[in-house]
Amino acid sequence: MRLLNASGCLDALTAPEVARSLDAFVTKTVTPLPREGNAPVRIAETEGGMLNAIGLANPGIEIFVRETLPRLSGAVDSVWVSVGGFSVHDYAMVCERLDGEDAVAAVELNLSCPNVDEVPENVGEVVAATRAVTAKPLYAKLSPTPDVAETARAAQDAGADGLSLVNTVKGLALDERTLTPVLERGVGGLSGPALRPIALAAVYACFRATELPIVGMGGVTTGRDALELLAAGAGDIALGTALFSDPGAPARVRAELEAELAAHGFADPDNAVGAAHGSTLQPGLRVRSTKHLHTGLNMAG
Amino acid sequence: MLTRAAHSVVAAEPVGPYTLLRVERDGLDPGAPGQFFMLEAPGRLLPRPMSLSVATEGELGFLIDPIGPGTRALCSLRAGDRIAILGPLGNGFRLDVERPLLVGGGIGIAPLPYLSERLGGPPAVLGFRTSWHAEAAELVPNAEVVLEPIYVTEVMPAGHDVLACGPAPMLEAIRRLTPHAQLAWEAPMACGFGACYGCAVEIGGELKRLCVEGPVLEAA
Repeated sequence: MRLLNASGCLDALTAPEVARSLDAFVTKTVTPLPREGNAPVRIAETEGGMLNAIGLANPGIEIFVRETLPRLSGAVDSVWVSVGGFSVHDYAMVCERLDGEDAVAAVELNLSCPNVDEVPENVGEVVAATRAVTAKPLYAKLSPTPDVAETARAAQDAGADGLSLVNTVKGLALDERTLTPVLERGVGGLSGPALRPIALAAVYACFRATELPIVGMGGVTTGRDALELLAAGAGDIALGTALFSDPGAPARVRAELEAELAAHGFADPDNAVGAAHGSTLQPGLRVRSTKHLHTGLNMAG
Repeated sequence: MLTRAAHSVVAAEPVGPYTLLRVERDGLDPGAPGQFFMLEAPGRLLPRPMSLSVATEGELGFLIDPIGPGTRALCSLRAGDRIAILGPLGNGFRLDVERPLLVGGGIGIAPLPYLSERLGGPPAVLGFRTSWHAEAAELVPNAEVVLEPIYVTEVMPAGHDVLACGPAPMLEAIRRLTPHAQLAWEAPMACGFGACYGCAVEIGGELKRLCVEGPVLEAA
């Protein structure tokens, strides 16, 4: 099991020691052109969660590759790049540009940002187009929509190497006094503990529906939360909102998870993967059987 | 290096409508005036950014306006309660100024007591909505106090190096009057260390993270 950050929840350049306490650092989403992001107010706390409407603020792929990536690879051991866009071509263009960069360990396709108006409708098409231009491991990051398992299957069929589950879901917060939206954009993406059961359900469904390894995320705050996502079928875990309030969360969650695993009789995290599905699905086998997916033999493109 | 540790509350004392939350310092670096700390707000998901108001050998004090669920939770703390504190964070005021003048408005006076101490008690001009709010002026030595409808910008003496904190319209007015003033801004923040991108403000025509670039910025 690897511990990562959820995209957009950490900057390895402003908090390198936090990034180094993870097994891999996932960047904020990079798009073809620079984006300033949405006007403030961009965040709001809610009961049990928070909303964000940052709007994919990023320097664009050219500056990212030229300036940001070299600094990131100097700061952390493993860099995953989150890729976003507004058309199939956007995703393919960014992935093609990243393909030759040795510093990029994996690509996560942000197929589900709730904070921009134009989102790709066909996940399979985006995955197929990016698969055709890069040999990097490709993770499809999905929203916990009702048909997430079907979408995950489409991603698998198109050549994805893994799934990142889940992105935020749309939420709204109103000002205490004025009863108008707190966020300038109106709605934002809900993260934090409120998202956790939704993430758990999506991971559970996609584990049954596909053969793909899953990075589980959504409100993980404690070792127990991580254990539950492993049991639902995640092989790796990412921390998001928990990092905001506690930059020491990676070390703490690891220690808590170790205690939870011991208490449940698991020798290591991989043994807990899929435990929620009962013996018929052979808990733990998913991790081992899919470790070789990232080799050339399995590249569908 | 990000340092987060639990600290014991010494007292939460009313100062006009505000609360001075005093915690045991316990080795915590007070940082430069104008830097801030993320304070765990009991029962809330996210910590709240607060600049340091008072630093003594054994205690740190934060002046807080209870305007929402997080600040209300902080103001309701009692002696002996423990909260996690992360900091100091961001960039504070430059102290290499020749003729300092501190300017504050409302809860924006929060960083000024510590700033005044570090600068040897320079003159200050403080503006408040009511005389009740102005009770907080007792924390800042050598202060001239004005109440609405009089604004600080009407009584600020010229020829000083201005260091200011207050509501955005006040800071905008000072920026127009006093180029090179050091202005401490605020924005909603989830993290305080550049991770969340929530505290974006327009700096030099671009949206940038206030926690990384500020919160003290020099007026252009």
